Amino acid sequence: MTPILTARKVTKRFGGLVAVNNVDFEIADKSIVSIIGPNGAGKTTFFNCITGFSRCDEGEILYQGTPIQRLRPDQIARLGVSRTYQNIRLFADMSALENILVGENMFLQASWIRAVFKTPGVIQEEKMALEEAQRLLNFVGLIRKGDMLARNLPYGEQRRLEIARALATKPKLLLLDEPSAGMNPRESEDLTAFIRRLRDELGITILLIEHHMRVVMGISEYVTVLDYGEKIAEGTPAEIQKNPRVIEAYLGRGAATEGMSTAHERFNKKGG
Amino acid sequence: MKKEHYLWVATKTGLLGGAIGIFLCLIGMVEIFDKRDVVEGVITLGQFVLLATTTSMGFIASRRTSELLGQNQASLNLISGLVAGLISAILVVLLVVVGNLIDVRAVFLNASPVLYSLLSFNQGLAGIWILPLIGAVTGVVGAAFLLLREDIRGPISRGLLTLILMALFSGLFRVVLINQGSLWQVIAKGLFGQTGLTWIGAILFFGLAVFLSRFWSSKGDEYKARLNQLPKTRQTTLRVVLLALIVLIALGLPQMSGPFIAQVIVIISLYILMGLGLNITLGFAGLLDLGFVAFYAIGAYTVGLLTSYGPFGLQHIPFWVSVPIAVLVAMMFGAFLGLPVLGVRGDYLAIATLGFGEIVRLLAGSDFLAPYFGGPRGIIGIQKPCIGMLEEFLKTDTPRVCNGIELGTPQDIYYVAVASALLIAFVAWRLRESRLGRAWMAIREDEDVAEALGVNLVQTKLLAYMLGAAFAGLGGAIFTVLIGSIFASSMQLLVSINVVALIIVGGMGSIPGVIVGAIALIGLPELLREVSEFRYLIYGVTLIIMMLAKPEGLWPSQATKRELHHAEAENVTAENMV
Repeated sequence: MTPILTARKVTKRFGGLVAVNNVDFEIADKSIVSIIGPNGAGKTTFFNCITGFSRCDEGEILYQGTPIQRLRPDQIARLGVSRTYQNIRLFADMSALENILVGENMFLQASWIRAVFKTPGVIQEEKMALEEAQRLLNFVGLIRKGDMLARNLPYGEQRRLEIARALATKPKLLLLDEPSAGMNPRESEDLTAFIRRLRDELGITILLIEHHMRVVMGISEYVTVLDYGEKIAEGTPAEIQKNPRVIEAYLGRGAATEGMSTAHERFNKKGG
Repeated sequence: MKKEHYLWVATKTGLLGGAIGIFLCLIGMVEIFDKRDVVEGVITLGQFVLLATTTSMGFIASRRTSELLGQNQASLNLISGLVAGLISAILVVLLVVVGNLIDVRAVFLNASPVLYSLLSFNQGLAGIWILPLIGAVTGVVGAAFLLLREDIRGPISRGLLTLILMALFSGLFRVVLINQGSLWQVIAKGLFGQTGLTWIGAILFFGLAVFLSRFWSSKGDEYKARLNQLPKTRQTTLRVVLLALIVLIALGLPQMSGPFIAQVIVIISLYILMGLGLNITLGFAGLLDLGFVAFYAIGAYTVGLLTSYGPFGLQHIPFWVSVPIAVLVAMMFGAFLGLPVLGVRGDYLAIATLGFGEIVRLLAGSDFLAPYFGGPRGIIGIQKPCIGMLEEFLKTDTPRVCNGIELGTPQDIYYVAVASALLIAFVAWRLRESRLGRAWMAIREDEDVAEALGVNLVQTKLLAYMLGAAFAGLGGAIFTVLIGSIFASSMQLLVSINVVALIIVGGMGSIPGVIVGAIALIGLPELLREVSEFRYLIYGVTLIIMMLAKPEGLWPSQATKRELHHAEAENVTAENMV
């Protein structure tokens, strides 16, 4: 399969700190891939480099073969990359519906002059945008909450609204930053099923940062591990679970020497 | 926590009231207000201000007592009201005593003998017991007010509010009514005196307000329901008739009310135009612009330079042609300002735009550019708008002759200004509902996320600056022909601050809010010229009270309203569930 996104030797520095160091990365079209790693490993920074939030200092990021590391976030979004955030970042004082409509913004053509005169074209376009937004609300199970302000939605629904908003940009690649943060096991299970649906029904490639090992191992086809900005391992979930370097990164150097079997148990416990 | 004794609370309230009273006396407010009457021969505005202080202290003390006790207990409420009112008044009277012993005038200019005799009811030290007595009585009245049922309290307070508003504007109403002819003249003189309401007027307005308020609260819903039951066609007819009536009044208003009120309405409209402009940049897109007056100035100077028959007129084109040009030039400058500050956010943006506003004003008034903009002497001799053909321009300082209707007076400009304000309000409303409006709001909420969703920040922000500038430029263009000249000194920073304030008071991001805010912050002070000395004191106090009591503004946009009152709503539902 052709990769939808390829990163080559991506490096990002903040002053003296190297947040992402020489990372090579590839994600196959219509796959589900996780990036894991301890806190401060550079996962979110790597996301930011992909979506144009911060410019990487070295290296190259190719999306469907075109380099995107010099593009602005809105240009990257137009190419079909969308994301959610670790700490939910909805437009808090806009309604759920309006949040999604902003996501559709780039497909709307109306200039401000035509909007003032409300030409038939504008009316038609707005009607279609509204229908699409309703459809997305329905898709994430928020159909009755369209008029509520985003800030007033419960936490779990805010997460889902954020995904719906990201979907409104019709992405081919969706980056989810810790989607299961703050969820109980039952909710994370629902989320896992939901993410699968996104891939299976909509054909969206999913790249996620995740801490819940159960989610990661249950859903990912491929896992990449970052530590101190460097890629220390990649492979299928089963391979990653056995990788001594990963265990060391997660549990400290002691774990590696005290015997793989015990470390293994602790790793799994942590994941569960 | 140990509960305070209610008398102690009442004493504290009284001390606060006394401090307020003394403050009002020492800044000279009481003395100056004493020249105006609320009801002629009964109570002056100065007395009213003092009484209002003691009464409200009584009310507050009474309410705090109820809070302490957890319920109303009539006798204790009244006692605490009495104490609070009494102490307030005693403190004020102490001013007279102190003033008679030592001369405090060296420090407090307004501590004059006139003030003292006013506070002691012209009886010198012998009369100092009167005010405390009145204070005590009004304190009890204020306390008793709390004990009244809500359906009685509401109408009475509305009645009092109407009474005081009518009294404040009585001079205005009187002049307007007297202008209408003989019959009206009699009515005017019956209701409004030279300095305030007559007692007939006072009773009439108070009674009318109480009656209407009672009527509305008891029968209002019934009438609304009956209106909704009417057949659709009848409803539309009713609406059309109502609209026609409003239009008719709006058309006739300047002729009926005379040039002064027309001019005030024009100025309100101009501030509405600026407010709608800033509402786009600040209210929608969240970009704080403290130099907004610059665009107003640019609109004004463009029209001035293009139409003036004075020495600085570059062209001599009709007003109607110059307005679109002025709007375009303002838009250009909007982009010109917007480009360098695209990446600047929040407080930094406010400072940068503040600088821009000052630069424009200083350049326009500078000697350096005086050959083009007239420097401090400004541009004079601006051709009035003409509906019809203008004759050829002959020579400098001679206005072109208008073959048709010349819009020369404020009453004529009124139509232009009000129509423009309405048109722009409509445009702003359409923009708000469009994809651009949503993109603006997204930028206001979270710029980075908006960009990650495909919103082009450069384009969207520039459009906000440009359209905001265009609205303000239109306002400046109309301002020019209203005044007939332009001076850089009238483009003060204060204008920008006023516009920001009116948006906040009206309700951030709300279009009706801009209109309400402009009327409240610009219109009322213009009409109340008599109290102009304390204009900014009242203005400032109002702003503080507004922000504490109603932070979402007078007419909030739906979203803000929901946001700020959501917490309360949640509490209510929680209580209901228990």
